[in-house]
Amino acid sequence: MIGWIDTLLQGLLLGGLYALFAVGLSLMFGVMRLVNIAHGDFIVLAAFLAIGIALGVPAGPALLLAMVLPVMVVAGYGLQRGVLNRTLGKDILPPLLVTFGLSIIIQNVLLEVFSADSRGLSAGGLETQSLRIAGDLAIGWLPLITLLAALGLTFALEWLFGHTTLGRAFRATSDDPQAAELQGIDHRRVYALATAIAFAVVTVAGVFLALRTTVSPSDGPGYLLYAFEAVILGGLGSFWGTFAGALVLGVAQGIGFRLDPGWGILVGHLVFLAVLLVRPQGLFPRTRD
Amino acid sequence: MPAALVHRATRASRVAGVAAIVAVLVLASLPAWADPSTLRLFVEFACLLALAQMWNLLAGYGGLVSVGQQGYLGVGGYALVAAADLGGLNPFLCVPLAGAVAALVAVPTSRIVFRLQGGYFAIGTWVVAESLRLVASNTAAVGGGTGTSLISIREFPKALRESVTFWIALAVAVGAVAALYWLLRSRHGLALAAIRDSERAAASQGVDIAATKFWVYVIAAFGCGVVGALYFLVNLRISPDAAFGVSWTAFVIFIVVIGGIGTIEGPIIGTLLFFVLRETLADFGTWYLIVLGLVAVVVMVRFPRGLWGYVAERFDLHLFPVRRRVSAGDT
Amino acid sequence: MSALLATRGLTAFYGDFQALFGIDFEIHAGEAVAIIGANGAGKSTFLKTVTGLLAAPPDRIVFDGRAIGGMSAAAIVRQGIAMVPEGRRLFPSLSAEENLLIGGYTKRKGPWSLARVYELFPALKEVRALPGNALSGGQQQMVAIGRALLANPRLLICDEISLGLSPLVVTALYGTLPAMMREGLTVIVVEQDVGIAQRTTDRLYCFQEGRVSLQGRSSELARAAISAAYFGSGVAA
Repeated sequence: MIGWIDTLLQGLLLGGLYALFAVGLSLMFGVMRLVNIAHGDFIVLAAFLAIGIALGVPAGPALLLAMVLPVMVVAGYGLQRGVLNRTLGKDILPPLLVTFGLSIIIQNVLLEVFSADSRGLSAGGLETQSLRIAGDLAIGWLPLITLLAALGLTFALEWLFGHTTLGRAFRATSDDPQAAELQGIDHRRVYALATAIAFAVVTVAGVFLALRTTVSPSDGPGYLLYAFEAVILGGLGSFWGTFAGALVLGVAQGIGFRLDPGWGILVGHLVFLAVLLVRPQGLFPRTRD
Repeated sequence: MPAALVHRATRASRVAGVAAIVAVLVLASLPAWADPSTLRLFVEFACLLALAQMWNLLAGYGGLVSVGQQGYLGVGGYALVAAADLGGLNPFLCVPLAGAVAALVAVPTSRIVFRLQGGYFAIGTWVVAESLRLVASNTAAVGGGTGTSLISIREFPKALRESVTFWIALAVAVGAVAALYWLLRSRHGLALAAIRDSERAAASQGVDIAATKFWVYVIAAFGCGVVGALYFLVNLRISPDAAFGVSWTAFVIFIVVIGGIGTIEGPIIGTLLFFVLRETLADFGTWYLIVLGLVAVVVMVRFPRGLWGYVAERFDLHLFPVRRRVSAGDT
Repeated sequence: MSALLATRGLTAFYGDFQALFGIDFEIHAGEAVAIIGANGAGKSTFLKTVTGLLAAPPDRIVFDGRAIGGMSAAAIVRQGIAMVPEGRRLFPSLSAEENLLIGGYTKRKGPWSLARVYELFPALKEVRALPGNALSGGQQQMVAIGRALLANPRLLICDEISLGLSPLVVTALYGTLPAMMREGLTVIVVEQDVGIAQRTTDRLYCFQEGRVSLQGRSSELARAAISAAYFGSGVAA
């Protein structure tokens, strides 16, 4: 019994990391209907930027995060403005092909620079410390902080969308870009801001990922799939839905791993496919379309 | 006023048609005089060409962008190994069988993935492919994570093996192009074009959208399954990563970026260029892939219909004409 | 007195298809001008070029002394032109009040504020929290107008605001026009309802197949002349 509760807890904590992955993807899709196939690769890129800096500069994770954030945010804004904005339109193929191309570029550039070895970040001992709950049950501090960070970011994004002028502009542009233009909203700038914010979330995800486990250049696509599954499981239209979907995925994988180490990820996929079959709108949809 | 004529062939297409027939006849004779490595190269070419045409059918005409066709390729490959080694069937006859198995897998899969649209449909197909890869990894009978080899093919003498595989590859390549050409010239092709342009308008004309998409998806799965079997007929060693790797889709995407979709000659040109690039950049390892990625990004931003698509529109060049043209009088 | 908005020989294309064939149009500050015409006459196309949704040659449209052809729609809003689009096009993800607030995105200075819009349309106060598309047609139209007003424009364009509304509601909406214009607004009204267009404006243009087929003072134009110009059997005034 304790074993299953432990599995549940670890699954929820894993879900916290997946929520960090998923929320950025949800943001980009929510505002501009863009599915960024390189999303996972950008998380890995952010992780390697932090790892790369850490190789030369003795800095703790918080400082590394502070250093990588501006780089990624500016890169996201520039990418959207310079490249992705030009691909958005009625045809769904160009943005998919372009982001797929970006995925290949990032993976192979990282491979060239860092080789195929997997590397990680040190949290100065925090990785091994845990919080004792009851009896034999313990939660790692790092996974807990990850979950809390995900919670905080989800709350912040919901608040941004619901209560700020920019959030209103996001929602309006997402509903009807042309009518939004008629209110003076330059959709190219709005899209670029959305991507910049998404990349900020991606950076946080990348740093927490590198703290928790080792990362290798070709890990990106796997993380894209988890992020995507979390978004669909949760239902489109709300960040809390995505957060919940991520938790469900984490628990599903946790149960899978417990049954057989080779089955962990597969169980996650199967749960996703099953939910898609019987409840395609997701578990907690808030449809706005 | 002269009556308007509806016709399809263009001067360029008639020339291309004759050239194609000559090319196929020449190719058919290759096993008699070419060396084994050339034959192998052609088989790989045929695999990618057929794969590209399947992708063309799905995305260019069916409006379904799939990033998971490698799933059916893998199913085809493993079906070959299972049926030939474990089941004792003739490996060459297993090629169409592998296609059928892939098509069968596609039937229930379509019910799930069709819940999604656009970019999310694409990733959904990827999840399916990954799931299939994991199932193969966990199946000891076919070698699990490290894979296995196709053994039953060794009963056949080498020269015969190479020739028959080559002819199968030629048939697959020609078949894929011909099938697409035939399909698109038929009323089904019109239906596909109508769906691609406007689903609602097409539905109001009596086109069964769901059925059309379903058949397109299943046929494409069959094609990819056949390619999978063919590839491992030549490569003999199968593993989950080789069979289900997303690099298959990456290469097809590059081909599509160069050649464009929505035309039949586009994928042919794209595949040719891909092989040229591959042979010239073979020594550069990861840089070759970085170049591919950069080309994909730059070309897609500048020429959304692919390089060939741009050229075809600009110079009105149609080698495999599918559209009907109206003209007054003669040509 | 020079015009607030003037177009000279304005043409517009959708790809190869020409929709406007040299439109000469002008409106002076403080005027209310109507544009009428059948569907496909080019009214919407004209509005799209003026508001920047469709590209126009830079020198063919002059607003307040500036050539605005070729500017983006968002930039033109900042110049002081706001449109109440055909079909209202409220944002479903935003509440009625949020729809109003988004109108003020460009933060242009002027007499209009949320409070003043609620004064003009008191009925909106009760439904301010409902999502945009849950309102009745008349309420949606009020929100669409209020949203445009909150951009504090100098020129307000109303595109077919009578569409789908009962005559009573239409009369009430047009009844608010004088109050808006007292604040210094210049108004272009595009209408299918010729009667109300004539009654509420100073001058009138009739479009037909991409050309101006008739223009003149609204009160002086005879029904017969308008009919002829509307349907194309007439001669340009």
